[in-house]
Amino acid sequence: MKPWIKPLFFLLCLSPMGWIVGNALWGDLGANPVETVTFQTGDWALRLLLLTLALSPLRRITGWSGWIRLRRMAGLFVYFYASSHFLIWFLADHALDPVSMWDDVTERPYIALGFSAWLLLAPLAITSTNGWIRRLGRRWKLLHRLVYPILALAVLHYLWLVKADYLLAGIHATLAALLLLWRVPGFGSLRSAWRVQPG
Amino acid sequence: MIKIRKASDCREQDVTPEAIYRQRRAFMKGSMLGAGLLLGSSPLQAALNITGYREKVVTVDEEITPFKDATRYNNFYEFGTGKSDPARNAGEFDTSDWKVTVSGECAKPGVLSLEDLIDNKDLEERIYRLRCVEAWSMVIPWIGVPLATLLKRFEPTSKAKYVAFRTLVDPERMPGQKRAVLDWPYREGLRIDEAMHPLTLIAVGMYGKPMPNQNGAPLRLVVPWKYGFKSIKSIVAIEFTEQQPQTTWNMQNPREYGFYSNVNPKVSHPRWSQARERRIGEFFKRKTLMFNGYEDEVASLYAGMDLKKYF
Repeated sequence: MKPWIKPLFFLLCLSPMGWIVGNALWGDLGANPVETVTFQTGDWALRLLLLTLALSPLRRITGWSGWIRLRRMAGLFVYFYASSHFLIWFLADHALDPVSMWDDVTERPYIALGFSAWLLLAPLAITSTNGWIRRLGRRWKLLHRLVYPILALAVLHYLWLVKADYLLAGIHATLAALLLLWRVPGFGSLRSAWRVQPG
Repeated sequence: MIKIRKASDCREQDVTPEAIYRQRRAFMKGSMLGAGLLLGSSPLQAALNITGYREKVVTVDEEITPFKDATRYNNFYEFGTGKSDPARNAGEFDTSDWKVTVSGECAKPGVLSLEDLIDNKDLEERIYRLRCVEAWSMVIPWIGVPLATLLKRFEPTSKAKYVAFRTLVDPERMPGQKRAVLDWPYREGLRIDEAMHPLTLIAVGMYGKPMPNQNGAPLRLVVPWKYGFKSIKSIVAIEFTEQQPQTTWNMQNPREYGFYSNVNPKVSHPRWSQARERRIGEFFKRKTLMFNGYEDEVASLYAGMDLKKYF
């Protein structure tokens, strides 16, 4: 892999936060800045999660193994945006009051879904280091299959808060469904059809 | 804290002497006619002159939302479902030659132009809180006429138990209607006593200007104690009915949006709390007030009603 690919990918993943911070400091986050930041961080957490899960299909389709070497960074950015999403909500909507926050979690199913997704991401982020991968061995793979329920929770969290226009949430949900289907064992024939023949 | 004078009373200095605003109107008409001749076209939406309104007939002791925010953060699905879509897509919306059909249980139905419908000498400025069902709020200086003043001219009969409103349907002019996000036309309704309440307003302007397109030009309803979606925009039809009319968000999701939709911090939307709201321009949320702070004025309309059932 070319040495500039990872730094470039890092900057690309960071650019949505750059946009947010740049607009907060020197620009304009719209009439409802809290909502803008909440929506942007939530959107990018989900989009990067979809990207993370698209990397192994991309390797199969393109035959380039470099995709997989971006996966840890992509996954950590998912945690970064999801945590920012949680923090702005905890700060601006609940003024850092854990009781008020917990009431919201227990009373609103869509918030419970998003909150669970964020909690489940933490062990994955913590065990993303080489040391943890070595220490956990086979169990590491098992643990990191949590990413599939996390994706389902995140998509339901999004769908559940839509008032009428399901277009954008529906696009994200469709992509998520395709990425999950790709991993169903019965779809092996589909996967091999995509495989690039070794040259 | 809240300073609301009755709609009927206004201080002398608030009232521009009739002779003076008649002069202003004559001057405006004259200059517009001139402009029209110069341009070789008929006057456009500026036909309704909103100067000479009585200022601050009803007000609140709270900061007015900046005009910029009130005109770039809108729910007006006829122009798109994003908050900034209406400001982006409604610029070309031509509201000249606007007609409103008044029908149903009344003695004098008719099809009226905006100028015939709105008598300038009735125009008042009213600074109201606006509370959206999505838990954000603004404070907006509307200019309009009490709906009751407008409706009485049509002489509703004793069968007129409700008033139904409809928004224009024209997907060419309202591009958001090209997608069936809602069941067009947008429909709203009020019980007749709600419609006749002195706080209920038909607005034709805000911030001292004619109504911006993205805020519901050329005329819209404003019911300050109800969630914002009740305040239907760009109205083309008003009908007096005996039965409770269908209303758009109630049709869309009857479990979540009731016919009444009074602002009520104690009755949550099934998916989110209504106890607090974010005032546009503020970082933290503030407490939502019963009937959006208009409890003294309107609570009697619902005496004896279970507001959890009739949400």
